[in-house]
Amino acid sequence: MFTLGPIGFAVPWLLLGLIALPILWFLLRAVPPAPIRRRFPGVALLLGLKDDEAETDKTPWWLLLLRMLAVAAAIVAFAGPILNPNERVAGSGPLLVVVDGSWADARDWPRRMERAEALVAEAGAEGRPVAVLRLTDAPGAVDFQTAEAWAGRVAGLQPQPWAPALADWAGALPEGRFETVWLSDGLAHPGRAALLDELQDRGTVRVIESPRPVLALHPARFEEGAVIVAASRMPVADAVEVEVIARGPDPGGIERELARVMLAFPAGEARAEATLDLPPELRNRITRFELEAARTAGAVSLTDDSLKRRKIALIGAGPDQEGLQLLSPLHYLRQALEPVAELIEGSLSDVVLANPDVVILADVARLTQTESDALTEWVEEGGLLLRFAGPRLAASDVSRFEEDALLPVRLREGGRTVGGAMSWGEPKALAPFAEGSPFYGLVAPNDVVVRAQVLAQPDPQLAERTIAALDDGTPLVTRKGLGDGQVVLVHVTANAEWSSLPLSGLFVQMLERLAVSTRPAMPGAADLAGQTWVPETLLDAYGQSEDAGEMGGVEGEVLGAAMAEGPTLALPPGLYAGEERRVALNVMGPETQLLPAVWPVSVPVEGLGVREAQALKGAFLTAALGLLLLDVLAALWVAGRLSGLRRGVAVMAVALVAAQPQGARAQGALPDDALALEATTAVVLAHVLTGDARVDEVAAAGLLGLGDKLWQRTSVEPQMPIGVDIERDELAFFPFLYWPVTADQPTPSAAAYEKLNQYLRTGGMILFDTRDADVAGFGSATPAGQALQRIAAGLDVPPLEPMPADHVLTRTFYLLQDFPGRHPRGQIWVEAAPLAEDQAPEGMPFRNLNDGVTPVVIGGNDWAGAWAVDEIGVPLLPVGRGFAGEQQREVAYRFGINLIMHVLTGNYKSDQVHVPALLERLGQ
Amino acid sequence: MSVAPDLRARAEALGQSLPPLLAEAEMLAATVMLGEHGRRRAGLGDEFWQYRPAHQGDSARMIDWRRSARSDAHFVREREWQAAQSVTLWVDPSKSMQFTGDKSRAAKGDRAKLLALALAVLLLRGGERVGLAGLAHPRAGRTQLLRLAARLSDEAAEAEYGAPETEGMVSHGRAVFLSDFLGDLAAVEAALARAADRGVKGALIQILDPAEEDFPFDGRTIFESMGGGLRHETQQAGELRARYLARLAERKDRLAGLARAVGWHFTTHHTGQPAQSALLWAYAALQGGR
Repeated sequence: MFTLGPIGFAVPWLLLGLIALPILWFLLRAVPPAPIRRRFPGVALLLGLKDDEAETDKTPWWLLLLRMLAVAAAIVAFAGPILNPNERVAGSGPLLVVVDGSWADARDWPRRMERAEALVAEAGAEGRPVAVLRLTDAPGAVDFQTAEAWAGRVAGLQPQPWAPALADWAGALPEGRFETVWLSDGLAHPGRAALLDELQDRGTVRVIESPRPVLALHPARFEEGAVIVAASRMPVADAVEVEVIARGPDPGGIERELARVMLAFPAGEARAEATLDLPPELRNRITRFELEAARTAGAVSLTDDSLKRRKIALIGAGPDQEGLQLLSPLHYLRQALEPVAELIEGSLSDVVLANPDVVILADVARLTQTESDALTEWVEEGGLLLRFAGPRLAASDVSRFEEDALLPVRLREGGRTVGGAMSWGEPKALAPFAEGSPFYGLVAPNDVVVRAQVLAQPDPQLAERTIAALDDGTPLVTRKGLGDGQVVLVHVTANAEWSSLPLSGLFVQMLERLAVSTRPAMPGAADLAGQTWVPETLLDAYGQSEDAGEMGGVEGEVLGAAMAEGPTLALPPGLYAGEERRVALNVMGPETQLLPAVWPVSVPVEGLGVREAQALKGAFLTAALGLLLLDVLAALWVAGRLSGLRRGVAVMAVALVAAQPQGARAQGALPDDALALEATTAVVLAHVLTGDARVDEVAAAGLLGLGDKLWQRTSVEPQMPIGVDIERDELAFFPFLYWPVTADQPTPSAAAYEKLNQYLRTGGMILFDTRDADVAGFGSATPAGQALQRIAAGLDVPPLEPMPADHVLTRTFYLLQDFPGRHPRGQIWVEAAPLAEDQAPEGMPFRNLNDGVTPVVIGGNDWAGAWAVDEIGVPLLPVGRGFAGEQQREVAYRFGINLIMHVLTGNYKSDQVHVPALLERLGQ
Repeated sequence: MSVAPDLRARAEALGQSLPPLLAEAEMLAATVMLGEHGRRRAGLGDEFWQYRPAHQGDSARMIDWRRSARSDAHFVREREWQAAQSVTLWVDPSKSMQFTGDKSRAAKGDRAKLLALALAVLLLRGGERVGLAGLAHPRAGRTQLLRLAARLSDEAAEAEYGAPETEGMVSHGRAVFLSDFLGDLAAVEAALARAADRGVKGALIQILDPAEEDFPFDGRTIFESMGGGLRHETQQAGELRARYLARLAERKDRLAGLARAVGWHFTTHHTGQPAQSALLWAYAALQGGR
């Protein structure tokens, strides 16, 4: 293939056509543009006129250039130019495609598989046998087959949520020579170098790695009462922030996001931590943390019981504990449990109500019947009752003859003392914990000795109820199930009086084994040993939980090893349940580091993206076509036929300019902050703009006049009134809208209606004024009345009634019976009173209206006309005649004041009817 | 023949907005025809003028017996002398009048016919006699209008440019020539001379398309006359614009000069403008042409 720089040509000999361009140049140059024939009567006047320039019968040079370029582009296009021609030398022999297939691959698995499929298809095209290997599988035979056989299987491959077993594969590779393409996940895994060596022994190796960063989440841990989440990343780059989401069931049991915290990776740091402070109730519900940015198993960290802080109730022997701190039986328990659990102390009946996980009774012998019943019920529902013996228990006769429900065994009278001054024998040490005991696996230190204890009656169940014993076989810890819960008795005290057990680390471990307290964040192998762990939920490579199904349990030792080294094929990540607790096996350990894979220089490493060979034929042909179109325009222009086109362009330009203001208006629809400020810094009366300049002017002047009167007479001090465009402006700022209705007012849009209805529902009031009470009663067919009906049809207006004589509007400030504006005595409609049964009881002077302000007041008295004043406060319009007219104006103002008071104080006046009753009550 | 009623309807519509056009008759004696223009003296006519005592030479038939019976003397009833004006219209029928610079505009010829017929409507309503030069003799009455409309819409000529027709022009009458006057001016000059010989006064209305007035052409162009008889090729039509406009202005000047010399009026009307303005002008020209 002939190439020029990054461009190759499929049919290079066609480029010879470029030689013909100069010939074309001469040809084109010789032919002038064709003339237009025009019928034109004025030709009579043209006869005999000569052209000034003789040159123009040749094509202009730039037009020629344009055409040459077009032709050249066409020639180049047909020569088949290809950008980045694919020139890889075809390999030979079998091809092995190795895929890591680990959780880190899940971040761009589809692209990996695309690449793998492309490799398989390529090999198929070359007739090479091919095999695809997923390194997370168990080592097995590698069969080279035809590409067709592999094509379907490659598409079905999925990543696995553990690291590839590179070391295992190193010995399992097929013999013979083959070429290898390794689709690596980019992480350093142990054994990579060894496997690479083996592969290189058998042929060339090519590595393809994705440049996408890997993000992974470490298990969360506790530190000083807060949850610490940590994440790592590879490669280390600039500062970046990722979000960690904590998920868990809500109180309804539905999985949802419980908390969210931002993790900030500083530039150059591979690890970031964040603190999540949550209330224990919420924290205990968290089942998993996940990184929002990544969908891989590594970005998910399941939580087990380690995050749960249990509530433990400590009950001491009683109020007479005035001894030294160190002698208090609760002291050691507090010391052991405080860092890891929530402790509750108080009376037994109180703490049972708090539903603790564990109740510890330290040397409490006697329980009242109610306490005993409550405790029994609580244990039967799954509680753990842990009792410690002590002098009181030994001295009491609890469980002496009949086994107490809240004690696992019957007790012998008095107990025993060994190794004391008055007894023979040595203090007893602990026997090794028997298999089947929850303490199995713990090592009892030699220095733990028991000097005194209470003794169990040798009942038939004693042996099975004993979970720890002294080396002479005396039971030390006994346990019995009770309902869903259990009762455990430690036959020694919780302080160091009877034994040195509370002083040893074993005491804490035993408490942990009894699931009394939380365990350390990462249970060690020793903690897990000796138990069988059954997987409950498992993670797939994408971090999705799935049910474990039929998978069998695993040994604690194996699990312990996996905890340290990460999950494997045999032990997939997930949640494993033991007897008392659950353990999460996560992909990432607390200290796992993400390290980039290191490849020797001899191995070529490619990105996932392939520089696709790109055919440029289409682009060149398009360019040629575009140039030819330009040529058409230019030729038209040269020939003088473009005038019509020019006109078209001008028309389009005008249309564009005309379209401009609409855009500007659309922007103007945004809420106006200036208006909001003006309307909310003080009380502002507002009127609806009708579009009729005269009406709007009178409405503004009217509200100004009313505002003046409010300033003078009341504590309401409104600012200058505002005209409101209901289509555009926000209405919520105004407590009161005056709406003069004109006959030709446009019906508001649906959006405006929505706004108005919202306004009415949330306590706004609109005073509709048809201003025609002189010629018509309300509702009759005056033009304004019809306009009002039309406008109000879309409003959420409650049932109305003519204003009754005892309406609260008649007495909110002045006592009024009449509500004139410029027209006297037009009827006024307000929200109808509630139904008869809701009305006030006998003896109330006024009706007790419901708690609202009437949302609309409708009338036609032209109040604004009566209120209207000019700038210096002189009435703008005449009202009535002479003194009577001025009187009418005064009443109009009073109505306005009453109305504003009603709007601003709500049913305050209405409630005043109760004053006499209240005073009477106070007097008594 | 569907064109004629349409043309007539449009012409009637245009003519309705003007008061009846009363062309003044200058010369009474030559064309003593009864019309509606009172001559303020006794003569032939329909309207009563005066009773005068009969004197010798009056035939017995002339005596108004009813008036004479009321007195002792004999009276003759005299009627007012009324005369009508004859207006001859000439509309250029040549091919050049078929030109229009834009599809949305009417051709020049259409506009000329419309104007002519509108004028005829007005004149006929005023009682004048209107004819078409070479096609219809001047007559009065609404039937004449129908005849004129039919003739006008029939008319078409093979000539590239029209030469004014003076045949049928009534002496001392009035004449209106509607043409683009882009052809040979000698013919116009001759026609005007003949008209002047017969004492005919009138108006020249030059009807031009806006394209002819603006010359909005560019580039390599071959201009052809409407019949294809004349052609002119240019490489840069835009370069010719100034010279073309100069020649057009010169021609208008010459036409105006010719008209002035024989006491005629001259105007240029563009088909881009409303016809009303031209009709108003013609109204004024025929009325004020004394």
